[in-house]
Amino acid sequence: MPDLLLEFLSEEIPARMQARAADDLKKLVTERLVAAGLVYEGAKAFATPRRLALSVHGVLAHQPDLKEERKGPKVGAPEQAIAGFLRAAGLKSIDEAKVQPDKKGDFYVALIEKAGKPALDVITEMMPEIVRSFPWPKSMRWGSGKLTWVRPLHSIIATFGPETEEPDIVAFSVDGVTAGNETRGHRFMAPASFKVRRFADYVASLEKAKVMLDPARRADTIRADAKNLAFAQGFELVEDEGLLAEVAGLVEWPVTLMGSFDKAFLAIPGEVIRATIRTNQKCFVLRDPQTAKLVNKFILVANIEASDGGKAIVAGNERVIRARLSDAKFFYDTDLKTKLEGRLPKFDGIVFHEELGTQAERIARIVALAKELAPLVKADPKKAARAAQLCKTDLLTDVVGEFPELQGLMGKYYAEAQGEDEAVAHACEDHYKPKGPDDLVPGDPVSIAVALADKIDTLVGFWAIDERPTGSKDPYALRRAALGVIRIILDNTLRLSLESIIFKELGGREVHRAMPEENWPKGHEKLSVIEQGDQLRKIVTAELLDFLADRLKVQLREQGARHDLVDAVFALEGRDDLLLIVRRVEALGKFLDTDDGKNLLAGVKRASNILRIEEKKDGKSYASAPDAKKLTAPEEKALAAAIAAVKKEASAAIAKEDFAAAMSAMAKLRPFVDAFFEKVTVNVDDKALRENRLMLLNEIREATRAVADFSKIEG
Amino acid sequence: MAEANLLATGRTRQGSLEPSSSFQGLILALQQYWASWGCVLLQPYDMEVGAGTFHPATTLRALGPKPWNAAYVQPSRRPKDGRYGENPNRLQHYYQFQVILKPSPPDIQDLYLNSLKAIGIDSKLHDIRFVEDDWESPTLGAWGLGWECWCDGMEVSQFTYFQQVAGLECAPVSGELTYGLERLAMYVQGVDNVYALNFNGGAGDKKVTYGDVFLQAEQEYSRHNFEFADTAMLFEQFKMAEAACQKYLADGWADGKKERHRMALPAYDQCIKASHVFNLLDARGVISVTERQSYILRVRDLAKACGAAWLKTEAGGA
Repeated sequence: MPDLLLEFLSEEIPARMQARAADDLKKLVTERLVAAGLVYEGAKAFATPRRLALSVHGVLAHQPDLKEERKGPKVGAPEQAIAGFLRAAGLKSIDEAKVQPDKKGDFYVALIEKAGKPALDVITEMMPEIVRSFPWPKSMRWGSGKLTWVRPLHSIIATFGPETEEPDIVAFSVDGVTAGNETRGHRFMAPASFKVRRFADYVASLEKAKVMLDPARRADTIRADAKNLAFAQGFELVEDEGLLAEVAGLVEWPVTLMGSFDKAFLAIPGEVIRATIRTNQKCFVLRDPQTAKLVNKFILVANIEASDGGKAIVAGNERVIRARLSDAKFFYDTDLKTKLEGRLPKFDGIVFHEELGTQAERIARIVALAKELAPLVKADPKKAARAAQLCKTDLLTDVVGEFPELQGLMGKYYAEAQGEDEAVAHACEDHYKPKGPDDLVPGDPVSIAVALADKIDTLVGFWAIDERPTGSKDPYALRRAALGVIRIILDNTLRLSLESIIFKELGGREVHRAMPEENWPKGHEKLSVIEQGDQLRKIVTAELLDFLADRLKVQLREQGARHDLVDAVFALEGRDDLLLIVRRVEALGKFLDTDDGKNLLAGVKRASNILRIEEKKDGKSYASAPDAKKLTAPEEKALAAAIAAVKKEASAAIAKEDFAAAMSAMAKLRPFVDAFFEKVTVNVDDKALRENRLMLLNEIREATRAVADFSKIEG
Repeated sequence: MAEANLLATGRTRQGSLEPSSSFQGLILALQQYWASWGCVLLQPYDMEVGAGTFHPATTLRALGPKPWNAAYVQPSRRPKDGRYGENPNRLQHYYQFQVILKPSPPDIQDLYLNSLKAIGIDSKLHDIRFVEDDWESPTLGAWGLGWECWCDGMEVSQFTYFQQVAGLECAPVSGELTYGLERLAMYVQGVDNVYALNFNGGAGDKKVTYGDVFLQAEQEYSRHNFEFADTAMLFEQFKMAEAACQKYLADGWADGKKERHRMALPAYDQCIKASHVFNLLDARGVISVTERQSYILRVRDLAKACGAAWLKTEAGGA
């Protein structure tokens, strides 16, 4: 079966777009082949800085014939309808159509047979559209042409044929670029053009022409060579997969070389050296395996085997890196000359957000909140306030201006350099954490206080101006901030009443919310302006708590908690203490794994179902205490007594936040509930007795609500 | 030896004109290369601009259907980049060598690589790379795709295919090459401090350095740009340039049909002026973050209107 080979040779494709483009090419071509009935055995796509290539092997040589039945009008339909059907189906007369019966009568059916075309023709037809509509993230025109591609497209290889024969050229052309069977090698080392037949000789010829087609091989080569070069000198490569992928996309023929820089630069923090060398020069850094500290060496990846063995290239790169490190050192030294607090006045002139004021105002809020939270998280309020005051100042330093990814870290270094308390210095870095789901959570109390203050201030601020994440849009990373608050609280087992913290935070702010009349509590119009403001703040607090609760649910589900248990706990009041919610979910999960738990659940569900049905039927609620005097059957008396005892025991346990004990107390209800349902009929004719029993059922439901809303639990 | 022979061998009475030994030799070599390829060799535009792109030979000539190939040196002023002559790499006044080829020829990359060869950068010995760098000028309403060109890890040029200028589609597309001359010269001369560049190629007491020519200017202009530039006057100048540009644009129409424009170039001069005045005000730190955006938009509006007027001129293809 024949193979298809495609190559698009262009000017340099941005490294970050190559992998995706290779996938897109494979998808576009194979999807169209399959849609045309041309199945294939396999396909592989590749990219280099100058080419996109695709090999599809084992393609059907010929499209299968297509048979299609087309239903026409009823037998005896008007002339016009029949004529239209003949035209559409391509029949000469109605005699060529079959007659088939249907529920509504006899119909004409045309059998259309379409002979399959040779695969070569199908591919030839589909290629121009693929080129024209290729989904580059950014594409351009060039010269006088209209075609768009990521950079000017120079030539196309398109061959198709079986392994044993000379393949055909897929003869198409797009805006003056005609597909053929020729390409070129490495831009500098083998620029001559050469002919190819199919994938195997294409790859081999490229290799001879100093082009490694497979990006994974280029990356592996670089990694191995870099490690060897480092090892030979007793160093260790600081691995960097992101940089590796980028560098592999910048060369067709990787040549790995080592250079060095003046040891004096090692006085700069290692992260700054690495950022300088990585971001600006796309080179790797090395460390001493014993001390884990950087050494004055770097690894560069050139695209050429230079005639002098790379001496000039290394020398050139060393000079550039020397200049870059001089800049970095200059920035670092300059930064050290100004104390962090000396930078604070500048924040007066920097707007954080149009509606949320300046950075200076924001920092003042974070300081106040951090001070307030400090005792709740066992932090020294003075240190928390100091850390909050300094934690954003590194944003104004030259090093962070140059390398924004070093924010926080530089704050820590500069704080240490000016002799700040260790906890304060660490908070400068750690208050940004966790930056993502895999990032660490701060553990030191001062860092916790500042991290929470920072995140809560952001959340409250944006909620106050009604700026919330919608769908995929979350420009201020508010979901991340919310998840940060959640993880800091849970990982550090903190007990905080978020409701009062948020409400208080809203106190000093203007709240913007266009509120429809029906969302206001009744009688609000009689309230004073201040009271109305408080109402609004209560509503916004509830909204933000809902958002946090939603994020917590997502988080718990991602950790594998049953979503129905999460819902069962969230249905209760008191969702502002996240730690308790999680503990309840855990205890509930364990309880429901026991037999007692399962049976009690069944009993409670039965009670709830009966109640739901009867309450609906009667149009009234039975949520009130049963009359002890009207309890007649021994089983219902026993149940009532058990409920009273269990309620007492469970609420005592819950007061101690011992949810496991509360669950065990609940478990004691099980035999009484079972016995009640076995012996006692609820829906008796005696109206008063029936109502009293329904109230008793309600007691079961109420008792268990102390730990969860059992009706939300599945099973 | 006769003068002509001296020049032909790259030697002068004073020393060498090899690109690797003199700044002016580097400029001459680039001019020679692009002139012999067929470019119109222009002289710098006689106004203060932030980059070679602002020269009407690029901004305006990139618009419209007519072919155009030009090369020129353009002194470029970036008031904010001044460092009082103390930074070995940063200058508030420097030179760009600008090449514009319209439509961009299919072998433009090879032409560029050969130009490097002409100044002594051999692609068999050095690692030359085209690294993604998309270009955008908010003040000119312009953008294009291309690369920064690296030689052994150093950015030596910018390479852009213009897609839009003055908010207008470029068809045909121009290819723009911008060489940072000081940086390139530092590379080929092998010096680490711009002020140490050999300017004239002379040796011994005949040698004139870049510092001899420009160090004092860098110090004086840094002082001016950051501390003393008269901001009240500059604010006034911005308004005047903006108003003048709008006035020349309005008065330049040949008649009420607005099919022919007769003052696109003088109007564009005022747009350039406004842009430079804005850069000075920015360096003086008297424009806030929010105002900054609105100034940029005001300059862009002028650039767009000038571009539209240019298309109604002879050279603009009307």
